[in-house]
Amino acid sequence: MVKKLLRSYLFALSVVAVYVLLAFTHRAVFDTAVETAVSGTWEMLAVIPPVFVLLGLLDVWVPREVLTRYMGPGSGPRGGFIAFILGSAAAGPLYGAFPVAAVLMSKGASFFNVLLLIGAWSTTKIPMLLFEFQALGAPFAFTRLLLNIPAIIGIAWLIQAVVPRLEVERIYEKARLRSGASL
Amino acid sequence: MSAVVLYGLAGAALLLSAVKDKKKTRTALRKGWIAFAGILPQFIAIILLVGILIALLRPEVLSRLIGSESGWFGVLLASGVGSITLIPGFIAFPTAALLLRGGAGITQIAAFVSSLMMVGVVTLSVEISYFGKRAALVRNSAAYVFALLVAVVMGLVVPLW
Repeated sequence: MVKKLLRSYLFALSVVAVYVLLAFTHRAVFDTAVETAVSGTWEMLAVIPPVFVLLGLLDVWVPREVLTRYMGPGSGPRGGFIAFILGSAAAGPLYGAFPVAAVLMSKGASFFNVLLLIGAWSTTKIPMLLFEFQALGAPFAFTRLLLNIPAIIGIAWLIQAVVPRLEVERIYEKARLRSGASL
Repeated sequence: MSAVVLYGLAGAALLLSAVKDKKKTRTALRKGWIAFAGILPQFIAIILLVGILIALLRPEVLSRLIGSESGWFGVLLASGVGSITLIPGFIAFPTAALLLRGGAGITQIAAFVSSLMMVGVVTLSVEISYFGKRAALVRNSAAYVFALLVAVVMGLVVPLW
């Protein structure tokens, strides 16, 4: 148990070791790094816990049949649209999208729709767009958005075309295990 | 702002759920916790790593290297730096704005921003554990190519506005 926990934190602990080293050798770098890491922690606390609470509730309350109907393989453009909206409304960094994707897969969402969600989450997030407008201006933000939407669809198509069916099934199996299907 | 909305939403949903069914609500919280605990080590590692990266990449040095005259070298450098890890927007955009003011080119900044948000080498192992090697590698490489494409288009279009 402890060994397993330690192993999963190995990467984090080795980065902490770099911090300790920097504290003694490069004080200025260390200070800026700590400052950024602290604000990053706040950003995570601001969005991640409620996302996981909502995720748990979705898992328990939304029946598989309903989610499959709205986002499953036969859901058509409407399913894609829902995936886009879900991804765009989300907050937090892209790696926060992976557990969400796992739950959706375990509930019967199609692979293509999950890929759309990942794409939308990575670039067309609404909270981030407002930030982009402010920081870089409307021409920059608008042009990027217009280019992003077809690209997200294109990348989703590409991945679906390249990944064999058997592997997709393996990914789904893993997602089911991960979202605690036994509970 | 989005934090208030999210916490409010989660709180309201939790309350509603608890009123309807206490047992189900407990299961929901446990499931949410399992998913959270599973990804927490990576969260922590990435946050710490981003701290070091930002501290090392001083904007005044970087903006000189990726100026509007830097051409493809600048684009490749900007997208290379952007690809190291997935950096959250609240750091990415102000940094990009700072770089622009420091003399970085629009094309280079576009490559930087897109690759920052869509391509992550450091986060690749997490992505592979969820989506498998093939899907993760294809997504990241396609996103990288796309970041370069966006950069070129934006370099042409944005000055016309």
